[in-house]
Amino acid sequence: MELTFSKEQQNFRLEVREWLAANVPKQKLPTYDTKEGFELHRQWEKKLFDATLSMVMWPTKYGGRGCDLIDWLIFEEEYYGAGAPGRVNQNGQLLLGSTIMEFGTAEQKARFLPKMASSEDMWAQAWSEPNAGSDMANISSKAELHGDHYIINGQKTWSTRAIYADWAFGLFRSEAGSKRHHGLSFLLVPLDAEGVTIRPIKALDGEDAFAEIFFDNVKVPVENRIGDDGQGWHVAMATAGFERGLLLRSPARFQQPARRLVKLYRDNKAVADRDASIGAAVAKCWSDAEAYALSAYNTVGRVNNGEKIGAESSLNKIFWSELDLLIFQTAMDILGATGQLLRSAELAKEQAYWLDGFLFAQAGPIYAGTNEIQRNIVAERVLGLPKK
Amino acid sequence: MDFTFTEDQLLFREAIGRFLSTEASPENLRDIWSNEQAPIDNLLEQICAQGLSALSIPEANGGLGMGDIAWSLMTQELGYYAVVDQLADAAYVGAGLISALPNTVALKAEYLDKICEGKLRLAIGHECSPLVADAQLAGVLLMQHNNEVHIVSPDNVRITPNASIDTSRRLAQVDWQPSDKTCAASGEEGQIIWQETLNRGALSVAGQLLGLAQRMLDLSVEYSLQRKQFGKEIGSFQAVKHQLADVAGKIEIAKPVLYRAACSLENKHPLSDIHVSQARNFCNDAAALAARHSIQVHGAMGYTWEVDLQMYMKRSWALNNTWGDSTCHQARVQNYVLNTDVDLAPSKTFEVMS
Repeated sequence: MELTFSKEQQNFRLEVREWLAANVPKQKLPTYDTKEGFELHRQWEKKLFDATLSMVMWPTKYGGRGCDLIDWLIFEEEYYGAGAPGRVNQNGQLLLGSTIMEFGTAEQKARFLPKMASSEDMWAQAWSEPNAGSDMANISSKAELHGDHYIINGQKTWSTRAIYADWAFGLFRSEAGSKRHHGLSFLLVPLDAEGVTIRPIKALDGEDAFAEIFFDNVKVPVENRIGDDGQGWHVAMATAGFERGLLLRSPARFQQPARRLVKLYRDNKAVADRDASIGAAVAKCWSDAEAYALSAYNTVGRVNNGEKIGAESSLNKIFWSELDLLIFQTAMDILGATGQLLRSAELAKEQAYWLDGFLFAQAGPIYAGTNEIQRNIVAERVLGLPKK
Repeated sequence: MDFTFTEDQLLFREAIGRFLSTEASPENLRDIWSNEQAPIDNLLEQICAQGLSALSIPEANGGLGMGDIAWSLMTQELGYYAVVDQLADAAYVGAGLISALPNTVALKAEYLDKICEGKLRLAIGHECSPLVADAQLAGVLLMQHNNEVHIVSPDNVRITPNASIDTSRRLAQVDWQPSDKTCAASGEEGQIIWQETLNRGALSVAGQLLGLAQRMLDLSVEYSLQRKQFGKEIGSFQAVKHQLADVAGKIEIAKPVLYRAACSLENKHPLSDIHVSQARNFCNDAAALAARHSIQVHGAMGYTWEVDLQMYMKRSWALNNTWGDSTCHQARVQNYVLNTDVDLAPSKTFEVMS
């Protein structure tokens, strides 16, 4: 056990820090859930890509730097520490990227990864369906194979930022009459294809943050399938759950708001201390965020030693989503009457950061597999309790 | 940057666990638990015969020179098998304290040799607690008076036993008089020794609590697979599953916090106090939730003397406020986070403060 960074790691940190100090926009970008904000975030992603900082752990030939996961954690600490913009293309870059890296052909990697790294292609997920949410194996959208292409029909929903994205990736039932996780294929669908209709769904903050996607005889070439026909479930699940969970929400994503929460507390100490439980909650938020960081470094060490991380990674998701709630709820408690103010309100200053975060935190225990599903996974696969 | 343990450290832990699973089986523990007067010497002698008491004695004194990092694995095993206080207090915390005494202390080498051979029972009286564990059976008492370390003979003190809910613990009030003759370290030297001893004691308890939490979880999983209601194992019900999954979550998140604290203590990191208290907070939490959810999963059986759960649960309640009350460790972290102007940026997690 040796908990210090090497010279190379420290140098990498400084390089990232300097670049961010020179390049992070001084003015916060408008939310990427609006058309204007989405495009500004796309431009920011291009800037990161040009500095080979968009996907540091990807191989250089796909636009990355070939860094390991420790370097990536360092990058994230600097990125969030600098208050840099949210990663608009992360569902593609972090979730689909790992899948293509593991299951894609050489041709698919060359075709999709660099444009994903530069955000020339923006990606949306197309997993959930009206009747396949927590019960994801209940997917009914169909993909019929006709020689060199599939014809897809059906409906996907809760597809984040799909109204602005260029591509969607998801699972479709390619074997007629198949049940559950059998007979599914993992397909990449261009969202400008004929027969695709996208209807926005307004999220809690009133923005078109996600959408329904309807497929009406949409033609998708076979080259857009990741893995073999009928192997879609395996492809979607195989990419280490640990990596997906960690990549999606790195520890720094929580350490930074926890740090700001401490400042908010210190700046409003007299008011906050009227309720002694506030100080305790603030300290717990910071300490929990640090624990998540320690846990990430610990797990990365085990991965680097060749250990397989299994279903215990579901615990991470439960932990960070509950931490996010606690951080922003505590901020609301400190802000009191002004916490509810929208960005447009006269008296709103820093408050909007907290309100935005508070709203988004409500979604954490729901997306990426509800926390109830994660608890089932832990109970069944880690503790060995019976499925039924 | 590497959080992992060496092969040797992991194998050692496994061997200790295997040994304790027979020597400190629930049946053996019950003897100690059922009779307040029951001697614990038998168990201790078995353990010392395995060389466990020599673990952290410096190699120069015939020991293995094992540090805090390796002990963070060991203490989890001691907790898992609910091994009585004396082993960790003598072989780990006490050995550390005595090793830190100035070499001018006449008895230092002799004590280290005796711990090594498993022949010295000792008790440590720190001002964080009004009670001293194992004072009744100690051959020597290491007592705090302000910042001074005093070595006191049991002949010169008055010992009043106070029974604990963990009846394997032997707690007592100790009335004694400090004198120049008993003083073994003072001033800045003594202050550093006590600070480090409190941290080591707290870390020892943190590891034991984590082991206890794991034991309670294992017992509850086992019980939920045996016990049937409505024609099914109760472990198949989501309400039960989720309670146990939450315990597993508390245990997993506490581990790296414990290991970082051990690493800090071993390397004399300037934030050792904070890191140790953080470890205690997470391990306390894990053990507290494990106890609460375990008794719930055991149902009415959980409220009986008959099931083994009671020993591990009660020990966790007792240790939760040993080597620093849980409130004291909460306060140390809270004070650091809220009342200093230290920069808490994400990049600072491993940074050594100058």
